[in-house]
Amino acid sequence: MALTTAPDPTRRGPGSNRAHASRRGPGHLRHSEGLAGYVFLSPWLIGLMGVTAIPMLLSLYLSFTNYDILTPFSEARWVGLANYERMFTADPSYWHAVRVTLTFALIAVPLKLVAALGVALLLNRAWRGIGLFRGLFYLPSLLGGSVALAIVWVNMFNRDGAFNSLLSLVGIQGEPWVNDPDWALETLMVLAVWQFGAPMVIFLAGLKQVPTELYEAASVDGAGRFRQFRNVTLPMLSPVIFFNLVLETINGFQGFTAAFVLSNGTGGPVDSTLMYTLNLYITGFTDLEMGYASAMAWVFLLAIAVLTAIFFSTGRFWVHYSDGEDR
Amino acid sequence: MVAVTPTAGVPTGPTPTARRRPGGRPLLRLLILAAIVAVVLYPLIWMVGTSLKSQEEIVNNVGLLPRRFTPGNYTAGWSNFDVSFGRFFLNSAMVSLLTVVGNGLSCLLAAYAFARLRFRLRGVWFAVMIGTLLLPQHVLIVPQYILFRTLGLVGGEWPYLPLLIPQFLATEAFFVFLMVQFMRGVPRELDEAARTDGAGPFGIFRHIILPLSRPALVTTAIFSFIWTWNDFFRQLVFLSQLEDYTVPVALTLFIDSTSQSAVGPMFAMSVLSLLPVFLFFVAFQRMLVEGINTSGIKG
Repeated sequence: MALTTAPDPTRRGPGSNRAHASRRGPGHLRHSEGLAGYVFLSPWLIGLMGVTAIPMLLSLYLSFTNYDILTPFSEARWVGLANYERMFTADPSYWHAVRVTLTFALIAVPLKLVAALGVALLLNRAWRGIGLFRGLFYLPSLLGGSVALAIVWVNMFNRDGAFNSLLSLVGIQGEPWVNDPDWALETLMVLAVWQFGAPMVIFLAGLKQVPTELYEAASVDGAGRFRQFRNVTLPMLSPVIFFNLVLETINGFQGFTAAFVLSNGTGGPVDSTLMYTLNLYITGFTDLEMGYASAMAWVFLLAIAVLTAIFFSTGRFWVHYSDGEDR
Repeated sequence: MVAVTPTAGVPTGPTPTARRRPGGRPLLRLLILAAIVAVVLYPLIWMVGTSLKSQEEIVNNVGLLPRRFTPGNYTAGWSNFDVSFGRFFLNSAMVSLLTVVGNGLSCLLAAYAFARLRFRLRGVWFAVMIGTLLLPQHVLIVPQYILFRTLGLVGGEWPYLPLLIPQFLATEAFFVFLMVQFMRGVPRELDEAARTDGAGPFGIFRHIILPLSRPALVTTAIFSFIWTWNDFFRQLVFLSQLEDYTVPVALTLFIDSTSQSAVGPMFAMSVLSLLPVFLFFVAFQRMLVEGINTSGIKG
């Protein structure tokens, strides 16, 4: 904090006779500022190298080796593409985990977004209670990712849980959903949808930006409510829908905590909640196959990168940006 | 009551024209909203209710609330393991608070460089920073573990270093981005004025940017506290001794022993563990909701 650079070196910067110009000229690179830039950036740069870039390269190298953490790192054994080969051809549980993750994301994410948009539309009126509802609906997004709430969730869908007691009110005999391989993943999807509040808040902000004149014009043209929604709201909201879709999909692929809690870290019952990240964790930290886990991590990273690229390249066909505004 | 102010702070707030579709059906809408509130709150109320039930009632009464409120689960849960939950809470609080400090400091420095200073390769570094926004932590966990372990920091004298070092190196790109966006809104004339008074980049940071960035710092602090408090994955990987456990890791010990008798204490400790987040929510509700608005936050 006590570091101060005297203004003098500034003047000795490239071209001291242009000192006056440099005060105003925004494109001019000043020596002391360039140095200061790197001083301020240094923690981030060290982090980028030490915590992100080097580990990534290390992980890439490891993915071509067999390595358990028990021996020194130098004893990692080079195996070429064997890990990738095993993943793609000889490991059914890997493909099972891929399927579980895709199923989870393909169902939970759209449901969550539809719920978020629906509730946002309900709330999108000028009236006094909105702040209260908005806050209440947002609460699950803050709590839902925790171990504590996952514990509650698992018990809620257990044999004697709250869900079955509700079912019994209408005469249905419920089962222990979380122990049933056909239903365990579904309870996790419900948990994800329950956290619709975060995308809802973003939708609400987007809805506020839609100019009311558009609705007036549409209704003058005789458009009913549904057509107004389809032809005004949806296109105007498409950037926000796109943003939420990308974000929630990427988050959906990374679900770990709830699956871990439900299955006590095994991915059960019968691997039905073996999410990709949980499989990676088990491979790396339970089976200590760190080379294989690194290969999984790289395929995961590539898959997310490809997915993001697909989103962005298809986005231009349906995402509508209003002219002249860079929102 | 609670700090729930109706959208007053939102600039494009309710204007008269906002009542565009007259009528609707206010009563119907209110009923639907009430039903959603019930669905949203039911698990939470059930959680609190169950934590206050006696062992016998947990088995026999699956209703929302206990017939008799009994605090026994809280005392039983607190000392359910060889190490008391007080220790776990202290560990969690320490990790979370140090993360807040680390994120606040390091992200502020990086953001100032990106938002205000001109230096070689700035555009490249900024693009890299944005690139790391979408980088899943699961991808890095194996090599980071190996690296920290090779350095003797995993299970070392102070086992929280692997959790905290990245936080002091601005690796949460999201907060850097949030602060950059915020600083871009600070008028550049202030920098110019300070520069005329002889202040260099450090002086401008100290006297202009730092004091004016307080709102962004507060948002960062709240979100880093909540996320770290709730975080499980990294803490699960890096903490191995019972006395070093944080609350989320300790809670999973209950799952190992899923005898019926553990349900009450498990719920009691779950409630306690969510309490800090809930209090933050009550105190900063508007700021949290608007924080996501301005920046768009991972759910």
